[in-house]
Amino acid sequence: MTRAPRRLGPWLALAGFALLCVALGVGLRLNPREVPSPLIGQPLPAFALPALGKPAAAVSSQAWRGQWWVLNVWASWCTPCAVEHPVLLQLAQSQRVTLVGLNYKDASPAAQQWLAQRGNPYHTVWHDVDGRVGLDLGVYGVPETYVIDPQGRVRHKHTGVVTPQWVQSTLLPLLEQRRG
Amino acid sequence: MRGLGVWAVVLSLAMACADSARANPTLEDQVQRVASELRCLVCQNDTIAASQAPLAVDLRNQVRRMLAQGQSEAQVLEYMTQRYGDFVRYRPPLKPSTWPLWFLPAALLLIAALGWWRVTRAKPQPGKP
Repeated sequence: MTRAPRRLGPWLALAGFALLCVALGVGLRLNPREVPSPLIGQPLPAFALPALGKPAAAVSSQAWRGQWWVLNVWASWCTPCAVEHPVLLQLAQSQRVTLVGLNYKDASPAAQQWLAQRGNPYHTVWHDVDGRVGLDLGVYGVPETYVIDPQGRVRHKHTGVVTPQWVQSTLLPLLEQRRG
Repeated sequence: MRGLGVWAVVLSLAMACADSARANPTLEDQVQRVASELRCLVCQNDTIAASQAPLAVDLRNQVRRMLAQGQSEAQVLEYMTQRYGDFVRYRPPLKPSTWPLWFLPAALLLIAALGWWRVTRAKPQPGKP
């Protein structure tokens, strides 16, 4: 019989083991909280919601057609939202992009007080009292942030706290595309 | 027998913790069935039937609302998949991106069996030359 298979065997086993190590290593580095959104590349679901503190007038999700805008889902009960708030304020101050808030399952007075205390980075804040719009967007953890292009498509979704690094390395390059 | 008793207690507790709205038992059964097909994205290893996270409660209510409106179970699953992706389903649909998920375990088992067979076959029998 040939001796080749017996010499190949240990190497094959080693290769298999190495492959397993790589697969497990990659698996360990993945963040299971980052669930890919099926909305990416799709139009933002159309909805109309009253603005926070102005229950009479509904604002359409089509209102910012023709420009890039950022939809930030937040709530006054959400602790990480307080962490990202200064970053949002800074972003609003830079006037690089329109920031729209979606106040998710929150009480109107608490939300308004929150903005009064910390400053309001938002052009408009929708008040999604029962979380129905959040459900349509596939919101599963606040804060969440969506980047929407001038055609009204969702181009990016960020789950968790917005950091200056995210603004620099993800948001601003996306916005630069409009000139390209 | 003791194990069976423990399970009976666990099951009855789980049922007691289930939603209080039980006006329509057949609708509730249906809600439970669909809800146990859906993953809670907050507590990722629970179904939305088992979880008490606010999101799971919301999704369960949405399932109930849709079923009460006469929509089919498939339509509800489709609705959830459109919003939360395949990840929300405990039995993701079969398609190229999920092929590894469905076939890799069987393939690995096959490879292992093949290896095992080769090793045992090649081993010299003790007592025989």
